[in-house]
Amino acid sequence: MPANVFLGACLPKLSRVAVCGGTHGNELSGVYLIKELMKRRREADDEEQPILVLSNPRAAQQCLRYIEVDLNRCFSHDALNAPLSDSAPYEVIRSREINAVLGPKGSADSVDFICDLHNTTANMGLCFISCSDSDWISLHIFKYLQLCIPDIPMRYLHFDLSHDEAYSLDSVGKHGFAMEVGPQPHGVVRSNVYTTMKTALELVLHWIRLFNCGTVFEGGPVDVFTLVKHVDYPRDCSTHDIVAAIHPLLQDKDFCLLNPGDPVFQTFSGETITYNGSESLYPFFINECAYYEKGIAFSLSRKSRVNVPSLRANRDQSR
Amino acid sequence: MDHVFFPAFSRVAISGGTHGNELSGVHIVREMQKHNVNQMGSLSVCPILSNPRSIEVCRRYIDTDLNRCFTDALLSTPLTDSSSCELRRAHELNALLGPKGSDRAMDLVCDLHNTTSNMGLCFIIDFLDWILLHMVKYVQIKMPTAPIRVINTNVASKSLSYSVDSVAKHGFAIEVGPQPHGVLRADIYNMMKEAVDHTLDWLNKFNAGTTFEGDKVEVFVWEKSVDYPRDPETSQLTAVIHPKLQDNDFKLLQHGNPIFKTFTGETVNYEGEDLYPFFINECAYYEKRIAFHLAKKETIAFPPISVKKE
Repeated sequence: MPANVFLGACLPKLSRVAVCGGTHGNELSGVYLIKELMKRRREADDEEQPILVLSNPRAAQQCLRYIEVDLNRCFSHDALNAPLSDSAPYEVIRSREINAVLGPKGSADSVDFICDLHNTTANMGLCFISCSDSDWISLHIFKYLQLCIPDIPMRYLHFDLSHDEAYSLDSVGKHGFAMEVGPQPHGVVRSNVYTTMKTALELVLHWIRLFNCGTVFEGGPVDVFTLVKHVDYPRDCSTHDIVAAIHPLLQDKDFCLLNPGDPVFQTFSGETITYNGSESLYPFFINECAYYEKGIAFSLSRKSRVNVPSLRANRDQSR
Repeated sequence: MDHVFFPAFSRVAISGGTHGNELSGVHIVREMQKHNVNQMGSLSVCPILSNPRSIEVCRRYIDTDLNRCFTDALLSTPLTDSSSCELRRAHELNALLGPKGSDRAMDLVCDLHNTTSNMGLCFIIDFLDWILLHMVKYVQIKMPTAPIRVINTNVASKSLSYSVDSVAKHGFAIEVGPQPHGVLRADIYNMMKEAVDHTLDWLNKFNAGTTFEGDKVEVFVWEKSVDYPRDPETSQLTAVIHPKLQDNDFKLLQHGNPIFKTFTGETVNYEGEDLYPFFINECAYYEKRIAFHLAKKETIAFPPISVKKE
């Protein structure tokens, strides 16, 4: 076999790239980062940059997660194609606008790549959240960041959904992920969290430039955390109010292996409730503020190793 | 200092959810209500959720900050159809726990709060009140490893006191952080609950005739507040709390120390008198134009006290 045959994956260049922030209006790193990038673009008058989107401007203006419904649950194929009623919530209307600009999802016209910026109150460090564990673009970007900023704790989270079923904004593009940084209270900007997100985003965009220029990225293993299930708080049967808090020994221990019998909740009268699953799993989104109303105290994942092939951009492309 | 006598405490209120998304207090009060706590020793205890509507939607407030509605002026202004939800509630609470300034008012109101700032456990008082200083000292001794401090808001007069606890004869807030709003942390809940329990214990001991010896306590006295650098046209933030100031509540801030970092990476330094910062990066204060407060530290001596026997 000739020595110069490339055995890895070849994917089309990422010509159209979008960065979104403020999909949740009170997750402020993304809100301020998008505003800062937009300001710099106005001053530099530079067109050669990613599409910048402040996803939920009304929610950002009021510093709320959303006005009527969670925007980041509006982007499944079914939700985007359902008939739009006159009384559709603000976020549903907004999701159609975003889909028109960055999509349509599933079509050839959709942008090549979306990075959607988020914060969490959970102690998760930097996380990539994707609906695929075989999107080589996203996995290579993750590997690249691990190499460039090894001191920042980072993980790749996989929610096992088909592209059509995926409901988050980043699924509108052909490739993409949400970039989640925590812990940060909603409505607060912490300098270190902002800096982490800014640095990470710059590296993401830098990787894309390198990729588009023909760089060959060597493959290798990446640990991926795949969502298995969510666990809710113990609640009062009649009022549905929570009757316990995340146990102090679980609080802030995102991605530390949770074993059967480990404490998970502490009731208001001081009793400990333990994890009664049969499998040791990795918890994340532990005590995320926005998830109380979704019935999620924490989520559990399985860790697996994905072998990512070497990757380079297709050479014979008209665009 | 001469021994001071105070009447016994008979009616005390513990209020939570004055800000609906500060969850420790909401759950402490709910727990007390669930167990029908209305008597603890010699005390008649009223656990009360101050702002139920904002608790329901887990927001700080519906129309306006409830904890700014209790000045004499606001409480005496007649309500109209356009009065805010919170002003109406303030009038209701004043009738229930007050009236402020009258003899029928609660002997004590302890109002429970959380902050996103790294402030540990703070007793917030409007005036130097010997009862409250003794109570704090007692809690500090009972919780020796907890970071417990006293803040004197230094408000000019009782009539200008704006918080719900100002309705009582003796009122204070317990503020515990850091905790994100809308989140309940077990460690923060436990710390606050323990402080409330010790507070009620102290009141019972006081009522039983214990003499509490004079002592002194460190108090942080509010001096001024500092806003974020903002864009003059849009009023949007142009900088955030500097990493060297973030989480360093109550550590002396000196002239020349970094306080802000702009979004383009420049450092802004503090200019002024050496003071102690607190409420650094409190979420709810962005809209109040407060990046942090500054205080002087004073040592206050207080006299021995005991209950006035009938």
